[in-house]
Amino acid sequence: MEQAVTSAMTTSNTHLRDDSYLDDIVSRLVQFSVFWAIVGMGAGVYIAAQLVWPALNFDTAWLSFGRLRPLHTNGVIFGFGVTALMATAFYTVQRTCHVKLFAPRLAWIVAYGWQLLIVLGGLSLLAGWTSSKEYAELEWPFDIAITLLWVGFGIVFFGTIAKRKIKPIYISNWFYGGLIIVIAMLHIFNNLAIPVTLDKSYSLYAGAQDAVVQWWYGHNAVGFLLTGGFLGMLYYFLPKQAERPIWSYRLSIISFWAFTYLYIWAGPHHLHYNAIPEWVQSLGMVMSVILLAPSWATMINGVMTVSGAWQKLKTDPAMKFTVLALAFYGLATFEGSMMAVRSVNVVSHFTDWTVGHVHSGALGWNAMITYGAFYFLVPRLVNRPLYSTRLANAHFWLALAGTMLYIMAMWAAGVSQGLLWLSMDEIGELQYGFVDIMASMTSYYGLRFIAGFIFLVGAVMMAYNFYMTMRSTEAVRVRPPQVDPAYQA
Amino acid sequence: MNALSLHKKLEENAGLLIFGILLVSAIGGLVQVLPTIFQDTLSTPTENTRMYDAVELTGRDIYIREGCSTCHSQQVRPLIAEVERYGQYSRSDEFVYDRPFLWGSKRTGPDLHRIGGKYSDAWHRIHLIDPRRVVKDSIMPGYPWLVNRPASGAGDIQAKMKVLQGLGHPYTDEQIAAAPAQLAGLQEMDALIRYLQMLGTNRPTGNDPDAHAH
Repeated sequence: MEQAVTSAMTTSNTHLRDDSYLDDIVSRLVQFSVFWAIVGMGAGVYIAAQLVWPALNFDTAWLSFGRLRPLHTNGVIFGFGVTALMATAFYTVQRTCHVKLFAPRLAWIVAYGWQLLIVLGGLSLLAGWTSSKEYAELEWPFDIAITLLWVGFGIVFFGTIAKRKIKPIYISNWFYGGLIIVIAMLHIFNNLAIPVTLDKSYSLYAGAQDAVVQWWYGHNAVGFLLTGGFLGMLYYFLPKQAERPIWSYRLSIISFWAFTYLYIWAGPHHLHYNAIPEWVQSLGMVMSVILLAPSWATMINGVMTVSGAWQKLKTDPAMKFTVLALAFYGLATFEGSMMAVRSVNVVSHFTDWTVGHVHSGALGWNAMITYGAFYFLVPRLVNRPLYSTRLANAHFWLALAGTMLYIMAMWAAGVSQGLLWLSMDEIGELQYGFVDIMASMTSYYGLRFIAGFIFLVGAVMMAYNFYMTMRSTEAVRVRPPQVDPAYQA
Repeated sequence: MNALSLHKKLEENAGLLIFGILLVSAIGGLVQVLPTIFQDTLSTPTENTRMYDAVELTGRDIYIREGCSTCHSQQVRPLIAEVERYGQYSRSDEFVYDRPFLWGSKRTGPDLHRIGGKYSDAWHRIHLIDPRRVVKDSIMPGYPWLVNRPASGAGDIQAKMKVLQGLGHPYTDEQIAAAPAQLAGLQEMDALIRYLQMLGTNRPTGNDPDAHAH
């Protein structure tokens, strides 16, 4: 890795003097992102197997489910996801501003610093350093490092926008900008804690208040990172792949502001019937349902953008992934709004239905849109055709099959858990014991393990395809085109 | 000037865009989260509130370290079936000294908020070492390593209690001074069991329905 840093630094040094786009950093981040996808999903498949065969915990602390589960979620969200967001944000902000990335040295520090953070953070989770707050498990030294790197990310991104040569700021940049600003706010406030030792701190908030702050963060990590950030990807790569402009720019403006305003209220639907004030729950529920409007407006905008370019789906594997991602985006946002309704939530809460819902978003939306962006990017970064389109098509079908099987297994498991836990007989006694219900999950958990494995195999095929496409090449130099005088900054 | 031409200004000015995003995204938190943080009834101890002693606190931190909350909730919802299965529903004043909260989001295993006193210490010990010896179909991992480690090694108990004292937990200086002696000779397993056995037991049981079905 040190060697890679040095070579990256020298290329960026010679690169400082010309005005061509800084794309080496994009290539490198794409490679890291694919690496973390395999590690993170691999951990997911392993813990899925543990739920079928508990012997796989091997009576060993760092191999036990409780420690590997945060490794899985942090690996896919912050390793695979955030690295992909950095790669695509750096690529698209240069293209949409017609200018080279601001502060290239800082950009490299952010890129490699983030990878180091994921490695050390992952090891700390295996060692049992955890705050236990979901998706914010990393302890305080890492929280400080995240904050510093995130500020660096913001300086590079907004610095590039500030020196742009084209007057309007393109819509994808708003979503990436929203990601950077809002995640900074959430991360800082949710992780406020008093350190005890290097591996331990106590939250500034306690009990019910801690719960409300945590799900304000937790739900909006889903909102502004896993939804907003990836919408930035959608708004750049979908029109590029379809070779058509966004269907309605006005609709994208309206849905951006509605999304940014509404999402932040939705967190308390994670705490229905929990010991927090009822008005907070009700407000969270109402806002979650209203949130469906901007979500579907965005989906419709995307589908209408593809309209007229459907024939491209026959030939372009990248676009297949992007369009499928759009469909899963619609499905997951609809399901999410429904699950936020208290009378639905009473069944779904605490069950595997939630896990299925998360994965229809994580596999169907986040992973698919990233795959679509990467299949588009990689051949362009090295100016070579993709090594194998057939392999990419096979990946597409594996990804779709894996996602569908995963969701259906978890729907079946979750709905039956929810209903069986609540069912009572005519004299008011519980009908089923907890252990019996749990034992009846084995076949669903088995299917979920297979589904995850299928999805992982697809990702490995993609990694091989990219390796064969990118090996022994460097990113080609691309210079910004002339700016249309009408849009000159 | 209509709304769209107003928006054109925003579209062309990065500073305004940043400010706009901050403003619009902050409203929800200011209206919904901030009042909750300052709502005294959520942070004021009552007769239902019990502070963790040195051993229980150590046990709780082991519970956190091993990620027990990834599979077990600590939140009994006010539903007949849940009260029947687990015991009295959870109330906010029971969690005033919970840093962080451990309500969880998933019940792969059962809720544990009212687990205290339902099983013997011996049962917990066997169950934590090898769950399938007492629950045939269990998919829980075993935690045999907890037996080999001294409870005093699980963090600096006095430093922890001082931090919590600073956050408003009414530990006396005498309690903090006595803490290491309370942990002496105990294993991590003992501390975890002590924590599990006190969970949810402080609730007055006046109108507790029959809560033994499990």
